[in-house]
Amino acid sequence: MMPTLYLPTDSLARAVGADEVSTALITQARERNLPLELQRTSSRGLYWLEPLLEVDSPQGRIGFGPLTAADVPSVLEALSSSTEHPLSLGLVEELPYLKTQQRLLFARAGITRPLSLDDYRAHGGFEGLARAVAIGGEQTATAVFDSGLRGRGGAAFPAGIKWRTVRGTQAAQKYIVCNADEGDSGTFADRMLMEGDPFLLIEGMAIAGLCTGATYGYIYVRSEYPDAVATLRNALEIARSNGYLGANVGGSGQAFDMEVRVGAGAYICGEETALLDSLEGKRGVVRAKPPIPALQGLFGQPTLVHNVLTLASAPLILAKGAQFYRDYGMGRSLGTMPFQLAGNVRHGGLVERAFGLTLRELVEGYGGGTASGRPLKAAQVGGPLGAWVPPAQFDTPLDYEAFAAMGAMLGHGGVVVADDTLDMAHMARFAMEFCAEESCGKCTPCRIGSTRGVEVIDRLLAAPDQAGRDQQVIILKDLCDTMQYGSLCALGGMVSFPVASALKYFPADFGLQPSEAEQ
Amino acid sequence: MPDVELHLSVVNTLLERHKGTPGALLPILHDIQERIGYIPDAAVPEIAHALNQSQAEVRGVISFYHDFRTAPPARHILRLCRAESCKSRGAEQLAAQLRERLQLDDHGSSADGSISLRPVYCLGACACSPALELDGRVHARLSAERLDALLDACREDA
Repeated sequence: MMPTLYLPTDSLARAVGADEVSTALITQARERNLPLELQRTSSRGLYWLEPLLEVDSPQGRIGFGPLTAADVPSVLEALSSSTEHPLSLGLVEELPYLKTQQRLLFARAGITRPLSLDDYRAHGGFEGLARAVAIGGEQTATAVFDSGLRGRGGAAFPAGIKWRTVRGTQAAQKYIVCNADEGDSGTFADRMLMEGDPFLLIEGMAIAGLCTGATYGYIYVRSEYPDAVATLRNALEIARSNGYLGANVGGSGQAFDMEVRVGAGAYICGEETALLDSLEGKRGVVRAKPPIPALQGLFGQPTLVHNVLTLASAPLILAKGAQFYRDYGMGRSLGTMPFQLAGNVRHGGLVERAFGLTLRELVEGYGGGTASGRPLKAAQVGGPLGAWVPPAQFDTPLDYEAFAAMGAMLGHGGVVVADDTLDMAHMARFAMEFCAEESCGKCTPCRIGSTRGVEVIDRLLAAPDQAGRDQQVIILKDLCDTMQYGSLCALGGMVSFPVASALKYFPADFGLQPSEAEQ
Repeated sequence: MPDVELHLSVVNTLLERHKGTPGALLPILHDIQERIGYIPDAAVPEIAHALNQSQAEVRGVISFYHDFRTAPPARHILRLCRAESCKSRGAEQLAAQLRERLQLDDHGSSADGSISLRPVYCLGACACSPALELDGRVHARLSAERLDALLDACREDA
């Protein structure tokens, strides 16, 4: 009797060979006449171990990984003869990387099948919606407010205030919009959640709809995530045919439905107002605020715009209560954050922990240092618009305010690790180049400043003497200042973070003495 | 020679399907590109008319978004990720390898229509950088050898 096997269907697991492992398992089990039950689940987010095969045992699931198709015969041999295998990891949930995490949002990651409603319900699914229906909109908004949940997309605005604003605004039509345009390098938590636990996002949006009186929702997914789009579309149909969407959501008597819209490769559409314009069928151009989207958003109607993780936090807050949620975290950063370890890191993956652990615990503890084994140079926290943080500052707690205080940001929780071979002058130039490529063009500091930024960095690197370099540093700092305070949105406004931090902490990469960059 | 008549019938069917869809332009453009492979010039006046917009507005949207093409694509499209996470794992060396082997620049297309290169900024594969997408499929944990093998496979079925 073969135990049940589990293998992720997650797109990154597939990008490193999960489908090949699956095919090998099926073919070779057939050849050996072994009855095989293979479930394709979500990923645990322990990506350095992917493809990670899990096998039921009386003690829990045992892992094997990272596997290739070539390992399959020996794994099947070990399983049928109950012998050890060199790639056996033991009990997956006892792996320190996973065991020490606080998985609230990603509680089902790696365990359930993404499109199985039974799996979802067996692991607490739709309890939050049932609670929201039972207590009504006013108390739902209070629960979200009291939980201390802040927008997980990067801006960290208190979610409860948005919910109350949209709820309190009178309009014939209101909308819930999920920002799933996860374009920041180093982030993949939204992708993982949409591919792995789509009903959680649907439940969160349904709760938001019932609470605010919005009857329609859109999930705006970037086109680089085709698997997430397909999974969500399938999940929407399943949810609809089971009464979780439609005219009578979860027996509430209220209507809510939604659809998936696909972006078209514009980074700026991750900015909420550009996203709204894109949804309206226009170029993704940033809008001036006010009016805020909560009052005049999509098609001019009150709109609750949230990141995937923010909306997906609502079911948990409703099911377990605001107090349960706010017991995690520190200061004004409450709950858990799915941090994402990426770049030159040994153990890349998802680490969901309460706010407050240090960057060092994350990068050196969970991450295990650089993948190359070379000295750690810096970590960029919060995406392409986040600062490069040098190891000397790695003891900073991962908390919105602590990061803001040192001129950095936590953003969406992505951390890109770099070793000493990464040239920070190149990265600073790239930040400006990227901004120039992706600027929507509406405001001058971003549209013109980013192109000038590339030119200034080129001149700085080409300057023949110290006087020439000094002059360009002054211009670059002045330009960063203009862009930071004069841009309409965070793209132009924050591109100075990676540039200024690279210049400040790694002057040698620009050919500068430390004193020159500090001027 | 592209069949303009055939394209227009596809376009009009899709326009009819999206009648009543709020903010329909992006879904329409995606559907046309999926069916035809690109957005043919002849589609623009039809779309503009159906949505009661100017042709300039429609062209403005097509040119704003990186995904929309106005000419037929190459047989293979290779999008190498050039964002921070992949850069920290050697994406620039892979980009140089591509340029060298294919004799193309970062946005280049081969003269025989067999392959197009496009940079992409994040495929969400950052935990296993570097990564690329070849004909819609993501490959992560790339090495110079694996990149060569993928290019060999492209050449074989060219």
